Amino acid sequence: MTEQPQATLSRDEGQLVSEAKAGNYAAFEELVNRYEKKIYRLGMNITGNREDAEDVLQDAFLKAFEHLPDFREDSRFYTWITRIAVNEALMKLRKRRSSREVTMEDSEDENGDVQVREFADWKPNPEQQFAQSELEQILQTAVGSLSPGFRTVFYLRDVEGLSTEETAEMLNLSVGAVKARLFRARLRLREELSKTFKRG
Amino acid sequence: MNLVNCNKAIKEICRYLDGELDEGLKTTLETHLTYCNHCSAVYDSTRKTIQLYCDGKVFSLPDEVHTRLHDALKRKLQRGV
Repeated sequence: MTEQPQATLSRDEGQLVSEAKAGNYAAFEELVNRYEKKIYRLGMNITGNREDAEDVLQDAFLKAFEHLPDFREDSRFYTWITRIAVNEALMKLRKRRSSREVTMEDSEDENGDVQVREFADWKPNPEQQFAQSELEQILQTAVGSLSPGFRTVFYLRDVEGLSTEETAEMLNLSVGAVKARLFRARLRLREELSKTFKRG
Repeated sequence: MNLVNCNKAIKEICRYLDGELDEGLKTTLETHLTYCNHCSAVYDSTRKTIQLYCDGKVFSLPDEVHTRLHDALKRKLQRGV
C-alpha cells in the first residue's frame, strides 16, 4: 500500500474500501477517521479502562489494515471493524483475567427474577451537575460493574444500535440470551447510576 | 405499589423501550406508568441510562490516542503490510 493523498471526504464507505484495497492509504485513513471514536468507545465500554481501550483501537485498525485484502465486502466496513474490535476487547479481558476464563458464556443467571431495589426519581439532567471527566468516571464505574457478557450486549444493542439478531450473530449467542442480558444490563446500570443521580 | 403488576411492568419496560410491545400491552403499560410513580421512575431512569451511554461526549477519544493510532498505522505502512 502506498501513500496517495487525495480528497476523500465525500466518498461513501464502499468507494473508500475499494480505493484502500487498491493501495490508497488516504482512503484507509479516512475510514479510520470516521470510525476511530466509535471503536474507542466500544473499547472503553467493554474493557472498562483507557489503556485497554487504546490497545483495542490500535490492534483492531492495524489488523483491519493488514487483512483488508481479505475483506470480502459482504458486510459494511464498519460492521467488520466492529467485529474485529469486539474480539480484540474480549481477548484483552481474557488476558487480564487469565485466572478466570471470560467468554460470552460466562453469564450470570439469565433467567431468574430481577429484583429492582431502587425506585427513586432521578434529578433532572443529572449529567449537567458533573464535569465531563467526573461523568465519564461515574459511567465507567457503573458499566464496569457488569460482567463482560452483559456489558458487551448492552454496548452493541443500546449504544451501537445493532439489532437483537445482529448482536446474537456477532457474539454467537441465541436471540433469547441477548434479550435476557440486555434487560438485566439496563436495569443493573440504572441501579448503579441511581446511587449517584437520584433525588435527595 | 402493586407488586404483581409492578414486576410485570418492569419486565415489559425493556420491550417497551425497544418498541416491541403490541398495542394492547403497550396501552396497559402506559396506563400503569401514569399512576405508578415507582415504575415510572424506573422507566425514566432506564431511558436516561441508555441516553447517557449513547451520548457521543462520553468516552471521547483523547487527541493523543488519535495521534498514536495514526502513527502506528503509518509505521506499519512504512514497514509494508
